[in-house]
Amino acid sequence: MHSLKRLWAWFDDITGTSKALGPPLTHPVPEAKKSRWFYVLGSATLAAFLVQVVTGIALSSSYVPSSGQAYESLHFITGENLGRILRGMHYYGSNAMIILIGLHAIRVYLMAAYKYPRQVNWLSGVVLLLGTLLMAFTGQILRWDQGGFWTAVVGAEQAGRAPLIGNWLGHFILAGATPGGATLSRFFAAHVFFIPAVLFTFIAVHLYLVLHNGISEPPKAGRPVVVRTYKHWYHSLMEREGVPFWPDAAWRDLFFGCVVVLVIFILAVTLGPPEIGKPPDPTIIQASPRPDWEFLWYFALLSLIPHWSENFVMVAVPAIFIVFLIALPLVGGKGERSPLRRPWSIVLVIFLVGGIGYYWHQGVLAPWSPRMDAPPLPESVVGVSSGPIAVGAKVFYDKGCEFCHLVSGYGGIRGPDLSDAGDRLTRAEMVTRIFSGATNMPSYSNNLTSDDLNALLDFLQSRHRAYKYKISPPPGAVSQVVR
Amino acid sequence: MANDISDNRFDDALIQAPDPHDKQRRAFLTKVGVAAAGVAAAFVTVPAIAFLLGLRKSPSSWRSLGHMDDFKIGETVEVTFTDPSPLPWSGVTAKTAAWLRRKNENEFVAFAIYCTHLGCPVRWIPTANLFMCPCHGGVFYGDGTVASGPPPQPLSTYPVRINQGLVEIQTSPVPITTG
Repeated sequence: MHSLKRLWAWFDDITGTSKALGPPLTHPVPEAKKSRWFYVLGSATLAAFLVQVVTGIALSSSYVPSSGQAYESLHFITGENLGRILRGMHYYGSNAMIILIGLHAIRVYLMAAYKYPRQVNWLSGVVLLLGTLLMAFTGQILRWDQGGFWTAVVGAEQAGRAPLIGNWLGHFILAGATPGGATLSRFFAAHVFFIPAVLFTFIAVHLYLVLHNGISEPPKAGRPVVVRTYKHWYHSLMEREGVPFWPDAAWRDLFFGCVVVLVIFILAVTLGPPEIGKPPDPTIIQASPRPDWEFLWYFALLSLIPHWSENFVMVAVPAIFIVFLIALPLVGGKGERSPLRRPWSIVLVIFLVGGIGYYWHQGVLAPWSPRMDAPPLPESVVGVSSGPIAVGAKVFYDKGCEFCHLVSGYGGIRGPDLSDAGDRLTRAEMVTRIFSGATNMPSYSNNLTSDDLNALLDFLQSRHRAYKYKISPPPGAVSQVVR
Repeated sequence: MANDISDNRFDDALIQAPDPHDKQRRAFLTKVGVAAAGVAAAFVTVPAIAFLLGLRKSPSSWRSLGHMDDFKIGETVEVTFTDPSPLPWSGVTAKTAAWLRRKNENEFVAFAIYCTHLGCPVRWIPTANLFMCPCHGGVFYGDGTVASGPPPQPLSTYPVRINQGLVEIQTSPVPITTG
């Protein structure tokens, strides 16, 4: 024991370790009484990031970043017990990092900790936030199954809406005229080298600035930040009331960080990694690309906005979001910090979180997607096995009506539920709707023989409320609707 | 430049320089050093970035899809073909699919599978005579024009020709719908 101490004294003497680490570890931080647990979100994000670094390095040692072989190598990794756990940890680690960095940003925004002198703390955090989102996007593509492949295509198409350089940018993202051998290598390089390098750099900047400017004190209504006096005031506050970061505050960071890591591990072991879909074969048309949950709300947003506004929403909304994040500390760098004196900040956060929640829910339901795997209506729903109504039910299925219209629990939910169409619409009204179509319904005027049309109308006229409520579809049929 | 950082050691040295000539010389050498580092950085970054940008090529070639008698008039079927000069490690991603429609005795049209909304693969529903997109519900008529939903323009097409009884398709870049 004594010799260990001597060894440490010798090492410390020639390296200056305690001189370098001592002051940062014990620098005074605000006690933050009631809000002290809000201060652990940033360090917990870092903990999740470290999980990503370690599991990512381990995964990259077996992952083959080749468009032709990545899929097989992922199956190999998942087949290994530890590989399965590592993939799971990398997935739940990314989820944790996104949730935590989002909560951290909201906390800092509500407490206005971005104000003088911490503007660049915030700006470096903006880079980290955007970098994290890019990691999630590129990471989903590295899961080079059908979903990953089409995510790359959809990403390129969205970039294509950018003014002037759209076409060039779209093909640049695909690394060629068509997605192919070069595509995955490009996303691999971005996910494993380029974006992590940016993240490491800006984490260093972010942490340096946290030390340089000190951790912000909890805001108090009626105590605005005055640029001329703030630094002096903050230093005297720390002298009076500050507590050493280690151990008084850091134990909470350590505790919460450990909880985060433990939760990631438990989820990985119990739930396992996300399923690997069909191979990334562009000729398998049977594909329903969906982004992972963190972008599902955006996928829904693009479905539900008016069509004319698309170019604007796809390009301008992300741009406005980024400009807002950058302008925030530069424009609002002083004054009141308390959310009680900045009610708009609360409104904005509720609006943002509520909006994302709403669109996320819509994205889960995806009511706009035709249910092309809906089964034909069974006889129990149609009511008869032959005759014009039965023929009409077949037309209803064959012509794709059922993919978008629900009948007694079968089918899609894009258009109105037609379970009781016979009670609501006359034959003539039905013909008008079928022939003219609508924004979200094709016109069938050149697409139905008169026999087909008559049978279809017979079938639709036979749909009454009685059917809608009497017949309960089997569980399998319902799951067709809400996937 | 260096005067901005008043508590910098190097700056002190500059201030304490024995004579103004020395100070000038040091300032000059600083500039030379920065310029040299800039040139070295360019030697590293220019080839790297140029390589990254240069990977984007769009060659094209004609690929045979089969004999024209294999396709029935009025039918739309999936055809697959290989990209021009695929990389050896492209694997399944070297393939491309298209929807080929034989309009009449001598006319074929090949639609890209990429929905013009956001690029998801559209499916041909033969009984309904419609292309449907699983992502955001875009629908196209049999001739590729928009029937309903968000797509802003008709399905794009590939050039098709008949060469000695064989239907041939010209490989083309993925159509990117621009704003």
